[in-house]
Amino acid sequence: MSTSPVSGDRPIDLSPSLGDRVETTTCYMCACRCGIKVHLTDGTIRYIEGNRDHPVNKGVLCAKGSAGIMQHNSPARLTKPLRRVGERGAGEFREIEWSEALDIATSWLARVRASDPKRLAFFTGRDQSQALTSWWSQQFGTPNYAAHGGFCSVNMAAAGIYTFGSAFWEFSEPDWERTKYLLMFGVAEDHDSNPIKMGLSHLKERGAKFVSVNPIRTGYSAVADEWLGITPGTDGLFVMALIHELLRAGKVDAGYLVRYTNAPYLVIDAAGEADDGLFARDEEGRELVWDRKSNAPRPFIDPDVEPALRGEVELPDGRKARPVFHLLAERYLHLDYSPAVVAYQTGIAEEVIKRIAAELSEAAFEQELTVDQPWTDWRGVRHEKMIGRPVSMHGMRGISAHSNGFQTCRAIHLLQLLLGSIDAPGGLRYKPPYPKGFDSLPRPTGRPGDVNPNSPLPGPHLGFPQGPEDLLVDEDGTAMRIDKAFSWEAPLSAHGLMHMVIGNAWRGDPYPIEVLFMYMANMAWNSSMNTPRTLEMLTDKDEAGGYKIPYIIYSDAYYSETVAYADLVLPDTTYLERWDCISLLDRPISDADGASDAIRHPVVEPDRDVRPFQDVLIDLGARLGLPGFIKEMGRPAYPGGYSDYIVNHERQPGVGPLAGWRGEDGAETGKGAPNPGQLDKYIENGCYWREELAGEHKFFRNVNRGYLAYAQDKGFVKSTDPVISQLYSEPLQKFRLAARGHGDNVPPESERDRIETYFDPLPFWYQPLDEAAAGPEAYTLHAVTQRPMAMYHSWGTQNAWLRQIHGSNRLYVPEPAAKQAGLEDDDWVWAESRSGRIKVQVKVMAGVNARTVWAWNAIGKRAGAWNIDPAAADVTQGFLLNHLIDELLPERDGGRRYANSDPITGQAAWYDLKIRIEKAEAEDGRTVPQFDEVSKPAGLGDRPDILRYAGGRRP
Amino acid sequence: MTSLPAQPAPKRLGLVIDLDTCVGCHACAVNCKEWNAGGYHAPLTDFDPYGAAPDGVWFNRIHSYEAGSGADARVVHFPKSCLHCDNAPCVTVCPTGASYKRGSDGIVLVEEDKCIGCKLCSWACPYGAREFDTDAGVMKKCTLCIDRIYNENLEEVDRVPACVATCPASARHFGDLGDPDSDVSRLVAERGGYDLMPEMECAPTNKYLPVRDKQTGAGGTLPLEDASPEGGFLGWVDRLLSDASAV
Repeated sequence: MSTSPVSGDRPIDLSPSLGDRVETTTCYMCACRCGIKVHLTDGTIRYIEGNRDHPVNKGVLCAKGSAGIMQHNSPARLTKPLRRVGERGAGEFREIEWSEALDIATSWLARVRASDPKRLAFFTGRDQSQALTSWWSQQFGTPNYAAHGGFCSVNMAAAGIYTFGSAFWEFSEPDWERTKYLLMFGVAEDHDSNPIKMGLSHLKERGAKFVSVNPIRTGYSAVADEWLGITPGTDGLFVMALIHELLRAGKVDAGYLVRYTNAPYLVIDAAGEADDGLFARDEEGRELVWDRKSNAPRPFIDPDVEPALRGEVELPDGRKARPVFHLLAERYLHLDYSPAVVAYQTGIAEEVIKRIAAELSEAAFEQELTVDQPWTDWRGVRHEKMIGRPVSMHGMRGISAHSNGFQTCRAIHLLQLLLGSIDAPGGLRYKPPYPKGFDSLPRPTGRPGDVNPNSPLPGPHLGFPQGPEDLLVDEDGTAMRIDKAFSWEAPLSAHGLMHMVIGNAWRGDPYPIEVLFMYMANMAWNSSMNTPRTLEMLTDKDEAGGYKIPYIIYSDAYYSETVAYADLVLPDTTYLERWDCISLLDRPISDADGASDAIRHPVVEPDRDVRPFQDVLIDLGARLGLPGFIKEMGRPAYPGGYSDYIVNHERQPGVGPLAGWRGEDGAETGKGAPNPGQLDKYIENGCYWREELAGEHKFFRNVNRGYLAYAQDKGFVKSTDPVISQLYSEPLQKFRLAARGHGDNVPPESERDRIETYFDPLPFWYQPLDEAAAGPEAYTLHAVTQRPMAMYHSWGTQNAWLRQIHGSNRLYVPEPAAKQAGLEDDDWVWAESRSGRIKVQVKVMAGVNARTVWAWNAIGKRAGAWNIDPAAADVTQGFLLNHLIDELLPERDGGRRYANSDPITGQAAWYDLKIRIEKAEAEDGRTVPQFDEVSKPAGLGDRPDILRYAGGRRP
Repeated sequence: MTSLPAQPAPKRLGLVIDLDTCVGCHACAVNCKEWNAGGYHAPLTDFDPYGAAPDGVWFNRIHSYEAGSGADARVVHFPKSCLHCDNAPCVTVCPTGASYKRGSDGIVLVEEDKCIGCKLCSWACPYGAREFDTDAGVMKKCTLCIDRIYNENLEEVDRVPACVATCPASARHFGDLGDPDSDVSRLVAERGGYDLMPEMECAPTNKYLPVRDKQTGAGGTLPLEDASPEGGFLGWVDRLLSDASAV
């Protein structure tokens, strides 16, 4: 023991031990996937800290990550497999052994697979093993698989891929070290958590300007240099007005546009014809531009071509055509997109919009920066320097969760491209393995003929349709998937529509299912729209007395609200008790300067009869005899479970879940034979792998010859073709042409108007669909939610420490609306939408758009769930706005009801909600609705009255 | 009553907290809780942790609130923990000597074995920075992670308080505020760091950095000029292209 010697000090142990063991692994308290170091004393967790060497978090750790101890030790942890004995939803179970649980699951699943595999719907929530879960369901043969992206941010993801071969967040990041101007849209306090906070800190240190466009001034918006409290769902208008200003002033990067985007592509102008609005191509299919030198059409690919950006031209065959940029300028120079016109709807003053446009222009073009780094573009042209446009943008759920989110997000990318800032120094930077061209990615699988008994699907479920021919519909145009993904209702639904599965299965639309299998998705609570109705659907019975959704299998580590609705519960481990891989095949954690992947490994042994879900899935795969999960004589292909799979599975020859230490001697990266020592190498290296890119490969990667060759060599991309950014999206036009009756794949008559309207190849703004359905008079307020920083993606208020920070909820009401309704803090109101009503308490707030109310999301628990006291404020004063959101839009002519989703991608339109509020009596002081208390499974045990957690030290 | 050190401490260790950068994420509060749950004052007891009124011992709390109304309103994230005052009233008021200020570095500590749980110190502290553990019956408080900052089991770079090490926004800084040349003292000088409630005359060691002047975005204060007169619709594009092809 070292002691303090100075007078006035007293003997203290200044160098206590941090425990007897320290292990690195990867956090799972949200979706950031930071590196952590876990200090242990006698197998008890002493302390979890950020790993300073880790590329994601560089040593920092957020509130959630720091509360991992309480997640790991939660009294809500499930302890044993469960078989339902009471009615669904009651929470009455008997404990069973794993052998019985696996037998039951196998029998239900085998029956479905042998008869009609599509009668299995397998959907996962906060799944970080989608490379495995998707492959498993592909081998099973059901077309009905997706994770939670459809109700999270598929608008952002799809708009990004179709526009610049990447997307915000996981596939790109602002150039935090160089950007001088950051425009952030609809990012509450999340996606991603630590890197944004670290980045904002850099920006402030350097004196860069940070503008937050968000209806609510909390979190990041509260520290922004400028907060623009935009009206929800109008971001597209604001962005297009910025584009209007830049075009009006001629402030675009013409050199960037003609070299790296489809701005010069010639678009055929032939109204009524089958090629109207498609790109003019030569006989080899190469896109044509108008060469200003020869005054003739030439392929864009020609190295010395000098493309025009304006003017109507006549092609040799007599057809008329205009460059994309010409059409784009015509669209956005229209007065409809002028700042004066959009100011009222957006809630942002005309002069502010004009000023922001001027600031963007100034930052991009007057503060141009240069990186002295020669590079060679895809045509072979050598550039001595990299010219930077230090304007960057980031957007997330506030853009995504509207039914106009796809077009809005595309508009943001157009703005970035016009400024020449995407993957330029100072702009938004790609993260490897992206960019990937939309036309290089898989197309969806699951058409008629693809689904057969006891057979795998011939390809992956999810993908990026190139046109109507890639939809998953039958001859009548009826959806093939239970969630109607890739149907005429949601053609580009690259992440599926998890939010529609339960409703569609209950309605038997397009067909009934037999087994609903879910993982880590609280669909009986805060992950479904219209929760009360969803609960009815889960428990509804047919005339014979059986449930309309006959079998529900659910895997979760905790006693979430959804567990009570399962017939069979497969208890998962905590994140500290498992193997995992954060794979480049799945959702990468790379940064702009290098590719990374990572693992989790068990740092503590489970003290309960639980199994990692991925082990269970692999076991089930072998029991079902799925191809790839068995080898000769039907023996399991991966007897060692998930860690065996992580090392030995190959998706293509040499390409497996992990990119580091491949090859028999571990000397290869990207591609290489499986290495039996691979996981040891990861553990030695802090549980991650990272490979820094060469200097000449760090920018302009979509058109960077050297980078593209590197990416192909590492297996990131299939070819070295450039990823030309798509200002004008030809696939959308192909859908429009189909709606006009052209081609072999045309939508049913009833769908044509909808496709014609929304599949505009250039972004446009329209009023969000549910907002329009609610009407402006009856429901005057927008209502949105956001997750608090200390809770985003963190399995909520069960955590003993986090729930002390956010344990109850309020509806935040803007001052003018509060005044009008006579409301003060803590008053009660009825909040009513076109489909439901809730009674909640309010808090009056200045920093919120004057036409918008908001609440923290998921601060609200069902009585009996999560092993928290039914008298807790989470239950009695918590609430969800979900109860007010209809999963369907109102009936249209002909009785048709569409999903409350983006008509292009199927993205759940959570933030289209309109409500009205009316003062209410407090009565019993409980929020309404309250739900029946669910019983607690025996294994959960007692929750402590006093917690004296001391990390293995004195109690 | 307990005496403060007769001589000024050779070091004045403390925190500098940047209110311009703090986004109110609570990372510091929870990481503090986590470290100290197993640290000098272990445990940091939580009462009714899964119940109706969960309430625990926290050495660092973030107060997020909206100040003002209308256009003048702003959202404030205000982290608060013991400020390790030079004139610490929590020490002088202590009847048993449990509460004391270290002579070597100025850290204010509580020696639990001597604490009788009278709570005089918490009444005396104008900042509300003391935390009474009713289960243990003793007062607990921020130790400035005294079991980290000198800990030879940690790499030198890690010998900072947990709240500083974990802060994702780098809004927390640790150092010797008695040394005018230290990084933290310079930061305070550059950014106009200030004492919390100086009128209480506690001479707190910790400092707060005020919100910076907002960046206005250089130059762009005027609407952009219209480019259309140059050659009709998009005439300016040809000029831009000529410029671009010269690059």
